[in-house]
Amino acid sequence: MKRRSFLKGTVASGMLGVAATAGLLTPKMVLAAWPKAAFEAKDLNQGIELVMGSSDVTESSDVKIKAPDIAENGAVVPITVSTTLPGVDVMAVYIAKNPVPLACSYDLGPTTKGFVSCRVKMGKTSDLIAVVRSGGKLYSAKKAVKVTIGGCGG
Amino acid sequence: MAKKKIRVRAKLKGNVVEVKALMSHPMETGLRKDKKTGKKIPAHFIKEVVAEHKGNKVIVAHWGVAISKNPYIAFKFTGAAKGDTLKVSWEDNMGESASAEVKIG
Repeated sequence: MKRRSFLKGTVASGMLGVAATAGLLTPKMVLAAWPKAAFEAKDLNQGIELVMGSSDVTESSDVKIKAPDIAENGAVVPITVSTTLPGVDVMAVYIAKNPVPLACSYDLGPTTKGFVSCRVKMGKTSDLIAVVRSGGKLYSAKKAVKVTIGGCGG
Repeated sequence: MAKKKIRVRAKLKGNVVEVKALMSHPMETGLRKDKKTGKKIPAHFIKEVVAEHKGNKVIVAHWGVAISKNPYIAFKFTGAAKGDTLKVSWEDNMGESASAEVKIG
């Protein structure tokens, strides 16, 4: 009897453990909900990890950022991220020196090209970092943008 | 707030649809102060933009406060034909939303 109840207990807690780790290991499913924690993370690597599930990023020349070298107005900085890598499911843009580095992340459908363009605010001169997830691996590109008038505060 | 509007253009070039959308939204960061009262202006920003083609989500954008006022987004996708409908919608942190539909031209 004792052994039976012991087994029952371990099975139950084992199941719970599996459920919990499954939840932890996939912080971001495709087309997931708005990643609140990632938009609060003040640390760049943490921001990457919360969106992509890892911060193990390789710089790649297959990821391209198009943005101005000098942005006169930090409130509107046009940026285009494109990649030729296959099977891209998530793309995100980080601004290293903003209060919260994560600016935006995009979940792409299977027919969507690795191309996204948007306009971001930059508090001050900083690196833009684009991170792309292709086949479960992370690739990034970096570009420094000089800001003459900041886009935060006012 | 200004009119909740999305202007969308979707154009088929070869087999790729190029989509450009412009939304009108203040995109307040929550860090700015009102110059007259000295009080912080509460954050008000679009959190999520979704584009759908035939019920499939082509792109889901998650945005933070670092996106510029009156946001613009452009993306490309394949597998659509001329005359198909593309639906673009957004939702902000105050529960407001808007959507627009365009025919791919």
